[in-house]
Amino acid sequence: MSLQFLLDGVISGAMIGLGAIGITLTYSILRFSNFAHGDLMAWGAYAALVAVGAIGGLLGGVAPIAPLSFGLPLILATLFAMAVACVIALVLDWLLFARLRARGQAIIVVMASFGASMALRNLLEFLFTSSPAYFSTALQIARPLGLGVRITPDQVALLVLTLVLVTGMHLYLTRSQRGREMRAYAQNPALARVVGIDVRAVIRATWIIGAALAAAAGVMVGVLVQIRPLMGLDLLLPMFAAAILGGIGSVPGAVLAGLIIGISEAAAVLFIGAEWRAGVSFVILMAVLLVRPTGLFGVAER
Amino acid sequence: MIDLLGYGAFFLSTALIFGIITLGLNLQWGLTGLFNVGIAGFVAVGAYTSAILTTPETADRLGGFGWPIALGWLAAMAAAGAAAAFTGFATLRLKSDYLAITTFGVAVVVQLVALNAQGLTGGPFGVAFIPRPFAGLQGDPLAFNLANLAVIGGVTLAIFLALERLARSPWGRVLTALREDERAAISLGKSARSYRIQAFAVGGAVMGLAGAVQAHFIGFIAPDNYVPTLTFQVWAMLMVGGSGSNRGAVLGAVVVWALWIGAGSLSSALVPGDWQARAASLQIVAIGVTLCLILLWRPQGFFGPRRGGGME
Repeated sequence: MSLQFLLDGVISGAMIGLGAIGITLTYSILRFSNFAHGDLMAWGAYAALVAVGAIGGLLGGVAPIAPLSFGLPLILATLFAMAVACVIALVLDWLLFARLRARGQAIIVVMASFGASMALRNLLEFLFTSSPAYFSTALQIARPLGLGVRITPDQVALLVLTLVLVTGMHLYLTRSQRGREMRAYAQNPALARVVGIDVRAVIRATWIIGAALAAAAGVMVGVLVQIRPLMGLDLLLPMFAAAILGGIGSVPGAVLAGLIIGISEAAAVLFIGAEWRAGVSFVILMAVLLVRPTGLFGVAER
Repeated sequence: MIDLLGYGAFFLSTALIFGIITLGLNLQWGLTGLFNVGIAGFVAVGAYTSAILTTPETADRLGGFGWPIALGWLAAMAAAGAAAAFTGFATLRLKSDYLAITTFGVAVVVQLVALNAQGLTGGPFGVAFIPRPFAGLQGDPLAFNLANLAVIGGVTLAIFLALERLARSPWGRVLTALREDERAAISLGKSARSYRIQAFAVGGAVMGLAGAVQAHFIGFIAPDNYVPTLTFQVWAMLMVGGSGSNRGAVLGAVVVWALWIGAGSLSSALVPGDWQARAASLQIVAIGVTLCLILLWRPQGFFGPRRGGGME
């Protein structure tokens, strides 16, 4: 038996984990499960695709950084995609979520996110049709890593990127002033207000972080798999399952759970059949909810 | 003229089937405040249950039980109700968001089973030759459509009256009390979880029945019928009609379905062929935006009582 599935699982798990960070932060700080999160991911991927095209059009072909399949244009495009996703998230919050949050019924906000998700996703289908798109059609040769496992240079680069983003995120939340404020607000919103934490800035930071990481994950999916309007919807259940398995509010938990889900999915593909892959996160979700609803690192809700 | 009447009957039948689903959602959301994003999944469970139990024997799929249609419908209610009860059992002691996420997962898994468990569901090709009520009348489309409309209208009316009675019964009043002031209701000795599971299960059973009725009305089902767009349409119907009101649920279903069909035929008449798929996407965008606008500006809907349920 080849151990390749472990690596495949880690890679798709890294993308799930990156997306789940946004879900877990939105849930713990804004107190609603955001069904539009996957669509921020898809919008990020398409924004990057458009930007890569525009840069290519302006500068002519730019050679990729060997041995990767992409070069500077994609790196710039990813920053652009993060900005686009942030703007969408902030505008949505301003137009929709903030107003409904003010009424105090959390579940209405969930429903609004469901409506927004449908609108965002189908707007993508309208603009780009449902056929898949790719950043690059070049084939990459996977290099042997030992023990019969092979990895492509792209995969290495994106795993390193994930590691950097997650570590940075963890340091931001634990070491910076704003990060501490975010965690304080998540733990006790009323008390956080009393001690003078700027709640609006906390909410803004939550959206920016969540959307930027979603866009990064979207670009990663685009580089390693493909870009489709439905890509966010397909990853939504794994991301929710990762956020809950990791424990709501825990960034390391979300990433670790993302990896667990990614590896479980890869194992299911190997041992049961690729067509059942999407069911794995549901099984894990149900098991967590029945056995330990607080997840791996969560604390009981007050 | 006769054609128009036949089409009218067909349209109303389809709309009323949506009305039944919306009635089920109104029990879950409007009366009890439970958020279900997996409506398509529960509808599919009902449709497949009844279809498998009533279709004639097929070589490559479980079947050949040859049950009468009415029994198939009852089984559909039982299966979808059981699925909803299990979902509620697993999640209703937790925060309401977990129910939403789990129902979303249920819809994903049901879709997966419908697509891949070929021996049970026929896979991507679905189930065909589902017996249709009044199949003998099929030579005369008008009579066939009117007879089916009568059956579907009868089912809708029965569910409507039953839900109205339930809402006014002591059971329904506990649900309203739980929604309005959970602590007060619990302090009166009512188990919030158990009542919510019951309401969710009954709502799921109603959705399953609607799925079965639709399967037998069309005579053919496939996994494509049960995509998230269905869930979304039903939510739009309930929000337009006014959640908390059974009358609003049915009227909302008819109105939204009329708009949906109208916009669809308008775009197929006006939009050139290669833009049809895009026009269809835009239609869903419009519904999504409408749903958000209603949540913002008219949470009580348009046809319900002044005080919308589930919203305050």
